[in-house]
Amino acid sequence: MEIPLSNKAAILPRDRSQRAESAFQIIILLSALAIVVLLAAIFLSLVLYSLPSLTAFGPSFLVRKTWDPVTGTFGALPFLVGTLLTSFLALLISMPFSLAISIFIGEYFKRGVVSSILKNVTELLAGIPSIIYGFWALFVLVPIVRGFQMKVGIFPYGVGIFTASLILSVMIIPYAASIGREVITLVPSGIKEAAYSLGATRQEVITKVILPYARSGMTAGILLALGRALGETMAVTMVIGNSNRLPHSLFSPGNTMASVIANEFTEATASLYVSSLIEVGLLLFLVTMIINVIGRFIIKKISIGA
Amino acid sequence: MSLFRVRLRIAKDIGFKAMVIVLSFLSVAPLLFILFYVIGNGLSSLNWNFLIEIPKPVGEIGGGIVNSIVGSFLLVIIASLPSIPLGIAAGIYLSEHKESKLTYWGGLAVEVLQGTPSIVIGIIAYLWVVVPMGGFSALSGGIGLGIMMLPMIIKTTEETLNLMPDFLKEAALALGVPYYRTMLRVILPAAASGIMTGVLISVARIAGETAPLLFTAFGNAFMNWNVIKPVNSLPLLIYNYATSPYPEWHRFAWGASCVLVGFVLTLNLSVRIIIKRWKVRF
Repeated sequence: MEIPLSNKAAILPRDRSQRAESAFQIIILLSALAIVVLLAAIFLSLVLYSLPSLTAFGPSFLVRKTWDPVTGTFGALPFLVGTLLTSFLALLISMPFSLAISIFIGEYFKRGVVSSILKNVTELLAGIPSIIYGFWALFVLVPIVRGFQMKVGIFPYGVGIFTASLILSVMIIPYAASIGREVITLVPSGIKEAAYSLGATRQEVITKVILPYARSGMTAGILLALGRALGETMAVTMVIGNSNRLPHSLFSPGNTMASVIANEFTEATASLYVSSLIEVGLLLFLVTMIINVIGRFIIKKISIGA
Repeated sequence: MSLFRVRLRIAKDIGFKAMVIVLSFLSVAPLLFILFYVIGNGLSSLNWNFLIEIPKPVGEIGGGIVNSIVGSFLLVIIASLPSIPLGIAAGIYLSEHKESKLTYWGGLAVEVLQGTPSIVIGIIAYLWVVVPMGGFSALSGGIGLGIMMLPMIIKTTEETLNLMPDFLKEAALALGVPYYRTMLRVILPAAASGIMTGVLISVARIAGETAPLLFTAFGNAFMNWNVIKPVNSLPLLIYNYATSPYPEWHRFAWGASCVLVGFVLTLNLSVRIIIKRWKVRF
């Protein structure tokens, strides 16, 4: 049907708004696409720039103990061990504390002044820059650990794997605690009430009903905290002692994957050296990615189920 | 016998509660210790000159951190300019097209990006900006920080938009308002407080980041406003001075820590308080 001439003027603005409409759709589509492309580009760049080291060392990069820029032999085993030791030790130390906060806010004191203070303080704790944690650890924790080492007769480095784990554990408490609180509040009140009606005490309800029910969510929280601990750089770099040898005890100095990059990247001149450091970065990226994806997947599954 | 067991269970219950309370308060003790320590050590070096002078060489008394404050400011601006619009646009897509494949992959990419260690982002900014430009620069540091900001902004935008009630959009569309205008003029303003919270918290986060700047912004002992030259930032200054062997530099670093912690905590706290009042309720 032919549009009468007099109506054309009325149609024009609609035409313009349709163009704006599609421009809007294209802009948001491209923005979302840009995120996916960005991540892919990050991964590809890391692979591309670690190619020299990947081809030179192959899989033996992961199991070789020597990291020697002078002779040009690079093996990441000391850093893998250092990263795993600090992260798992930090998780172990922080677990009772983050569990306690989750139970405190999620079950005992759901609302009220005390719980809102505790909640806000843990969130602020997460907001403090990691450099401040590192600085504080260097001047407060290191002397304490050194004093302890002198007492028990170990060589008093002060810095080392153990000190790094201590400060890391403080830093990851907020993460594990906030997820723990959420999964505890997701436990249906029906099963809690059922346990109470059978005469269970509160402690029995928590340890025998709530925690087992929230187990998979807790696992997710621990995984996400682990992901955070693995990638933490500055605080660890400042107190771990920066030794490229394989650590022989919990108190010996070491290096993590993140801290070796932070320490040596600007000094690295030989291209194989740079490429080996980038390969360490690639490893770190892949490990944290896998841990994060699994953790989020578990959480998504629980929140859909609830 | 059974009375004894009941008492035992009650005692265990009380003991458990006490343990939970004690452990909870123990775990927030570090915050108090750190704040106390930073303020105790840093306050003495804070004065007007500390805020308006540039650092002096070792051995000379005085000097300040103005170049680091300017550097941090530059880095935050460079990071925010592309990241805020891009992040909000991507957040709109993720919340408006829930069924699309791109939303699934985009959401996953956001999660992964958020978990990516900051030192890895540093390597990326080095490879993408420092290498082609042939030198360290504020621009490269800003881009690294911008990549770190993105996932936080996208997530808060998406989550805030998901909370917007459907009737808001339906009412606008029923009045004949085109879709894009509904989003830009009705939904986004209603969601502004939530999105602003995300933006400000992410600014507080990147203002304290050090790792991505080590080999991008690099640090600079002098005043610099030029974005293609290296700049100093507060966290970088603290790192370099804290790991130096000079006690007077340590005092200097405590002063800078005081400023940084003050900035970050004030931003975090004020966001929580102000935004809560400003928020549109449905």
